[in-house]
Amino acid sequence: MEEAYAPPHKDTLLLVEDLRVHFRGHDHVARAVDGVSFDVHTGETVCLVGESGCGKTVTALAILGLVPIPPGVIASGKIRLRDTNLLTLTEEGLQDIRGNQISMVFQEPLTALNPVFTIGDQIMEAIQVHEKVSENERRRRCIGLLTDVGIPSPEARLKDYPHQLSGGQRQRVMVAMALACHPALIIADEPTTALDVTVQAQILNLMKSIQHASAMSVLYITHDLGVVSTVADRVYVMYAGLIVEQGTRDQVFQHPRHPYTRGLLASLPSRSKRGKRLYSIPGSVPNPAFKPKGCPFHPRCSAAIAECAVDFPGMCDYGHGHLSRCPPVYSRERQE
Amino acid sequence: MDSQERILLKVEGLKKYFPVRRGFFQRTAAHIKAVDGVDFAIAEGKSVGLVGESGCGKSTVARVILKLLEPDAGRIVYKGRDITPLSPKEMKPLRKEMQIVFQDPFSSLNPRMTVGQSIEEGLRILGLSKNRRQGRRDELLEMVGLSAMTADRYPHEFSGGQRQRVGVARALSVESSLIICDEPISALDVSIQAQIINLLKDLQDRLDLSYLFISHDLNVVGYLSDTVAVMYLGHVVEYARADTLFEDPRHPYTRVLLSAVPSVEADLTSKIKTLKGEVPSPMDPPPGCKFQGRCPLVEPRCKQGEIDFSRVGEDHLVRCWKAT
Ligand SMILES: Nc1ncnc2c1ncn2[C@@H]1O[C@H](COP(=O)(O)OP(=O)(O)OP(=O)(O)O)[C@@H](O)[C@H]1O
Ligand SMILES: Nc1ncnc2c1ncn2[C@@H]1O[C@H](COP(=O)(O)OP(=O)(O)OP(=O)(O)O)[C@@H](O)[C@H]1O
Ligand SMILES: [Mg+2]
Ligand SMILES: [Mg+2]
Repeated sequence: MEEAYAPPHKDTLLLVEDLRVHFRGHDHVARAVDGVSFDVHTGETVCLVGESGCGKTVTALAILGLVPIPPGVIASGKIRLRDTNLLTLTEEGLQDIRGNQISMVFQEPLTALNPVFTIGDQIMEAIQVHEKVSENERRRRCIGLLTDVGIPSPEARLKDYPHQLSGGQRQRVMVAMALACHPALIIADEPTTALDVTVQAQILNLMKSIQHASAMSVLYITHDLGVVSTVADRVYVMYAGLIVEQGTRDQVFQHPRHPYTRGLLASLPSRSKRGKRLYSIPGSVPNPAFKPKGCPFHPRCSAAIAECAVDFPGMCDYGHGHLSRCPPVYSRERQE
Repeated sequence: MDSQERILLKVEGLKKYFPVRRGFFQRTAAHIKAVDGVDFAIAEGKSVGLVGESGCGKSTVARVILKLLEPDAGRIVYKGRDITPLSPKEMKPLRKEMQIVFQDPFSSLNPRMTVGQSIEEGLRILGLSKNRRQGRRDELLEMVGLSAMTADRYPHEFSGGQRQRVGVARALSVESSLIICDEPISALDVSIQAQIINLLKDLQDRLDLSYLFISHDLNVVGYLSDTVAVMYLGHVVEYARADTLFEDPRHPYTRVLLSAVPSVEADLTSKIKTLKGEVPSPMDPPPGCKFQGRCPLVEPRCKQGEIDFSRVGEDHLVRCWKAT
């Protein structure tokens, strides 16, 4: 067994415990996030991965107090940033956190950016909220940030409105805005989905260098396992509103324990498989309003046994911080 | 291209410049040369992949083909007919045949319509009865991995990837001959990506559909495209059959793209590659080769004059001296 990963700093910056976020529909309750726990240490990069619709964005929105309530409800849970319980803060307190401590790169930049202000105005506003500096200084920093994220002719592009940028440029403007207030934690929700490999690498490297310089923590939300394998210190795999496997990057990629994680790794497209039909995990993520009894993954699982349809699976400990929510695989592998 | 194949769409010398207006009088101070001479052709039942760096003009090419933007130069020939001069009204019947999956799903869906209504809209044009429409709608939702029960929900109640799939379902609802997919699966995880890729392939085989497949992910493009056009700063720098491009990339930019594909199979500890040098601006592209500022092989002759395509193999064109 490999050594457990030692975080660069031992202190926990963010702690999420048993978070449940539900949405009330007219005749059902969608349990989008259903008992999620994880932590992020100072200076660490944690990745939250999982299939579309499994609750990643809603988890992030809950941390920032941005879940629309109603129809949403925080049914249970704790979210602590250092010593502050974020769930008990007032809107004013949350705004302060959002401007200074945590910033978010939203999954859909076009909806998160304000269409009636130029991107320069929006980035300078983010700088201003965090720190009062002269207008010239704001402009200078803004141009610096746009250069860092690889926008050509930044002076000229300051005056562009969001719709005048390409999809990937908008995404990078969001990253620049998030970095503008020197946060302790960046929650980046699919920050590089629209970016080609070279620009993506530039953004990932930029975040890494800021992390080294300022011990910023990053919570990466992504479905891209290639990105995860390059940036993550630790990985949480999410399925149907639950964490099903967690561990260091090497533990999860080299010794995946949960059948779902194994399925995800098997369906990666790669050049060696070109032209052939791709493997995809049969079936789809259950509707959060109608989750199956027992293990939520059992209807799609090739390793499922009768108990899986009945018993809710607990976390099995593989040691060194590697946990997986699949008792049958755990007991089978212990026997071998 | 094989002479037996019937060309569905042909694009010649396409250009689109956006004016940059400055100052009190909003005078045009410069142009963003978003698309600066793009040529390619798509045969019936085939797919062309368009790849390239963020901001190189891919989405603009898509919007110009559909005439959502007027081109500044060039010709768009669809089924042998030059559609460049057509008015929006004349384009209307063609819109049904040429569908698009937009890059930004949220803003392309009507927030006041349930996703079911959005999908049914296209079916109504086909004149289907209400029952048939709903049946087809449910079938489409299931095909993209969403349950039919989600039909009466509004776009904001979906996750990012779910909305993207609604966009795919909507484009597939109409019986079209060309589907332009602008990053149609970028927000999706590998498993659902695989499902959508397989779906697109099946439909192509069954209905003889053609795709223009825009993506920054070369792995994905490799699956779905017969030919690939690699774009850099507004024009195509390499054009080849997909397998040729992967086995024998010639343009230095294509080589960088291929070598930088992050993959779980690669050594986990290997450093991410980035391109060195200035990111060129579409506002004043350099004379000569547009990749010169970042090219490891650059020499003086790369910095002057237009660099034309050289043919380096059957169906393989490259805009680089060094490639031949
Ligand atoms: N406002 C809402 N009302 C009702 N249901 C919602 C709402 N927002 C999200 N959901 C549902 O909650 C579930 C989780 O959504 P979430 O956006 O967190 O998914 P995700 O993991 O981010 O997926 P993706 O990778 O596709 O972005 C989804 O099934 C979604 O349909
Ligand atoms: N309406 C507009 N006004 C001004 N400039 C524009 C407009 N639309 C696009 N541009 C510019 O044209 C260039 C090409 O944009 P386009 O959206 O085609 O890029 P893309 O290749 O699709 O990039 P991405 O992969 O990031 O989506 C960019 O520099 C962009 O800022
Ligand atoms: Mg999401
Ligand atoms: Mg685009």
